[in-house]
Amino acid sequence: MLIFEHSRPGREATAQSPATMADLSDLPANQLRSEKPGLPEVSELQAVRHYTRLSQKNFSIDTNFYPLGSCTMKYNPRGCNTYAMLPGLLARHPYAPESASQGYMACLYELQEMLKDVTGMKSVSLTPAAGAQGEFAGVAMIRAYHDARNDTARTEILVPDAAHGTNPATANMCGYEVREIPTNKEGDVDIEALKAAVGPQTAGIMLTNPSTLGVFERKIEEIAKTVHQAGGLLYYDGANLNAILGKVRPGDMGFDVIHMNLHKTFSTPHGGGGPGAGPVGVSERLAPFLPVPMVGENNGHYFWITEKDKPQSIGRMSAFMGNAGVLLRAYIYARMLGREGMQRVAEYATLNANYLLARLREAGFDLAFPKRRATHEFIVTLKKQKKELDVTAMDFAKRLLDYGYHAPTTYFPLLVPECLLIEPTESEAKEDLDGFVEAMVKIHEEAKDNAELLKEAPHTQPVRRLDDVRAARELDLAWTGS
Amino acid sequence: MPFIPHTEGEVAAMLDAIGVDTIENLFDEIPQSLRIGKLNAVPEAMSEMEIGRLMMQRAEQDGHPLNFIGAGAYEHHIPAAVWEITTRGEFYSAYTPYQAEASQGTLQVIYEYQTMMTRLMAMDVSNASLYDGASGLAEAVLMAVRANRKSKSKKILVPRALHPNYRKTTYSIVHNQGIELIEVPYDAAGGHTPVEALKEYEGQDITAVVIAQPNFFGVLEDVDDLTNWAQNNGALTIAVVNPLVMSVLKPPGQWGDNGVDIACGEGQPLGVPLSSGGPYYGFMCAKQAHVRQMPGRIVGRTVDRDGRIGYTLTLQAREQHIRRTKATSNICTNQGLAVTASTIFMSIVGGAGLQRMASQSHANTVSLINQLSGEHVKPRFSRPCFHEAVLTLDASLDAVMQDLASQNLLPGFALQDDYPELENSLLVCATETKTGQDLARYAELLGQAIATHASSGVLSQSHGA
Repeated sequence: MLIFEHSRPGREATAQSPATMADLSDLPANQLRSEKPGLPEVSELQAVRHYTRLSQKNFSIDTNFYPLGSCTMKYNPRGCNTYAMLPGLLARHPYAPESASQGYMACLYELQEMLKDVTGMKSVSLTPAAGAQGEFAGVAMIRAYHDARNDTARTEILVPDAAHGTNPATANMCGYEVREIPTNKEGDVDIEALKAAVGPQTAGIMLTNPSTLGVFERKIEEIAKTVHQAGGLLYYDGANLNAILGKVRPGDMGFDVIHMNLHKTFSTPHGGGGPGAGPVGVSERLAPFLPVPMVGENNGHYFWITEKDKPQSIGRMSAFMGNAGVLLRAYIYARMLGREGMQRVAEYATLNANYLLARLREAGFDLAFPKRRATHEFIVTLKKQKKELDVTAMDFAKRLLDYGYHAPTTYFPLLVPECLLIEPTESEAKEDLDGFVEAMVKIHEEAKDNAELLKEAPHTQPVRRLDDVRAARELDLAWTGS
Repeated sequence: MPFIPHTEGEVAAMLDAIGVDTIENLFDEIPQSLRIGKLNAVPEAMSEMEIGRLMMQRAEQDGHPLNFIGAGAYEHHIPAAVWEITTRGEFYSAYTPYQAEASQGTLQVIYEYQTMMTRLMAMDVSNASLYDGASGLAEAVLMAVRANRKSKSKKILVPRALHPNYRKTTYSIVHNQGIELIEVPYDAAGGHTPVEALKEYEGQDITAVVIAQPNFFGVLEDVDDLTNWAQNNGALTIAVVNPLVMSVLKPPGQWGDNGVDIACGEGQPLGVPLSSGGPYYGFMCAKQAHVRQMPGRIVGRTVDRDGRIGYTLTLQAREQHIRRTKATSNICTNQGLAVTASTIFMSIVGGAGLQRMASQSHANTVSLINQLSGEHVKPRFSRPCFHEAVLTLDASLDAVMQDLASQNLLPGFALQDDYPELENSLLVCATETKTGQDLARYAELLGQAIATHASSGVLSQSHGA
């Protein structure tokens, strides 16, 4: 039932708005609205009950194991939310003067400093609102750097074929052509193909390391050398930073620019699809181009760094400071982890992934890269099950929901047929990983005995499989009832 | 270990199952030369109690000033239930609803949100959100360039009376694609964007015209005339509006003879706290004809195998994870949780409640302007304002603002950095959250500050002479 269907004309939550309508007759009559806005007319309790019930139709980290590869669905500590939502912080206007903002700005400044340290970059700007906006900022800086040197013949960005879709889409938004670089059988970038592709037209390369294939790019130093020698720059997509946090720094690998997904590595909530935060870090030569605003410090006084101070900046990414509240949550999380806790993130995320890999292999599942170590995630391929039992990765994914597990990422990366990209994260306990393995084994048995159970799954959710074709053909994007 | 549940015994058993001796061995594919030692800038760990205390100190340090700044972020009442429910773990810690069957809660919320926004804006379709109002406008500009197939120029007319940071953000995001943003001046007396200012572009190839309502100065624009001019000249129209205000002003779907093509703006006034500028969200609505050019996620209603109603992400062929280079945008994660809050907010406050909030904000601002105006303080523009207005002081604005801030009152947004022609001018806003006492306090403190600084201004002039 929709909230609109609870609506009754004249019903209202009167405690929640001014008692009376004020006079608008001083405004031109032709500028005024002639009919009601058409919003629900419900009581406060009806709204509370409706949305509480809707929330119960979601899987979430707080209720379910959520091994969604590449998304780092780890525990979002409640304290990060509570202390980022203190009344004083919520009430602060983005244009409050620096004199009334020192506490808030201290948090941002310290976050910048910590992110510089863990990424090995020289300077950090927190302002991009999500990973994709961080990518945009990063590639825009690469372009601004080449333009500033009058090196304008560089029209191409290299992207491995395993990359997230945001990479080529971003390069395109920055006005670049995209050239794909193949991956070899072991999951590394094909170095010979890369060497053949670079040249005076190369503006840079966008890489995720560990890659989306769940393996560490072993020849990263050679890749960096190859691209740099051709005059291009290296962009690090921080989607998988959780795998190496505190262990290896993108700056040391030779990257010139990096974005981080704070909603992954720094455990801010995914919120059903955002808000995230995608800070960018850069090496010395790209520092003048960072997006603004940033926070500077002088003798304990914090101040805003704007386009006035950074005339070569690629500019602003949003009206104010990006997703400020997300930055505060990441700050609180980083302080609670501390130096050693940050290094443990990569260690235990990697331990959990390799343990899960070992157990699933032992249970008879095929790995996409059996000779490689898992990083914080790994890929199971159900190619064999598809051929022999006529069940797909999607069938496994949907059946997992019946067992109370959110599905791993399916059909990404596109290179591996019938793949499940599995990322357990460091915050899951051994018994939860064991439970997941048991469910996978049971589903495998079901696939042999009664494949319909999988094909018809899920059976226990609020709805069964949805008709996506109808959704796209007979578009119904807003309710037309009254 | 913070947020890591492993016991020593479990670690040993897990390493044994993997067949390695130490966790360190799991990193053996990483070249040794790349491994780092200690992190220097990251301090030692704090407990929740310790960080809680630090955050409370920092929040306290910034005080609780009485705020009369708007300028794109507005203080409105938010029912307690809104964020209580929004931060339930089932909403807070879920991911993008790719597995539709296990995400019906989030998906239905977005469908309801899309319905509410199309009604508020009187438009056909809505997406599931963009990052914020400013970057949302950039996406609207890119969308207009794709949607206006008859236009080749990629020229967009943008009013100078649009939020300066919206203009800057849009430039940052679109200029690499050969799009030209042409500034349209405002009327120096009225503060509005006169349709006459567009006349010089008549007969030229213009891809789209941006219209802000109310504009950055709080002034109402002649939206019908501007919309009609654009459509008569083959340009698409992009409305940038305050959604709360649209509960009482004519919505963009009804501007001019045919309504606008795209309506976008900042969703923050609908239940999202000021919180230093984010997370907010950008909303975007459009005519049905443009739906396939929309960026971002869209939820559709459909049925499951038993014919039961359900909700799913749809038209994904527009998006980066399918189309890659040819996607309508690179946007992936958007602002789902802020949209959830807005949906609950609109349900609880309701249409009539929104209208009362908006109208009382207007009344408070009018009252404030009347109380502040006097010999040394004059309203800058003659046209009607909604819940913001520009005042020009004949005193040093910097000095006055510092005086008031030191007395815990934030008087408004100083315009002169972005508009050098508006020297000593202040954009002020009084929403429904301000009481008669608040307005009176502002008038009293401003009077005192002006008395100090206007006279010193006169003195320094006489010394100079």
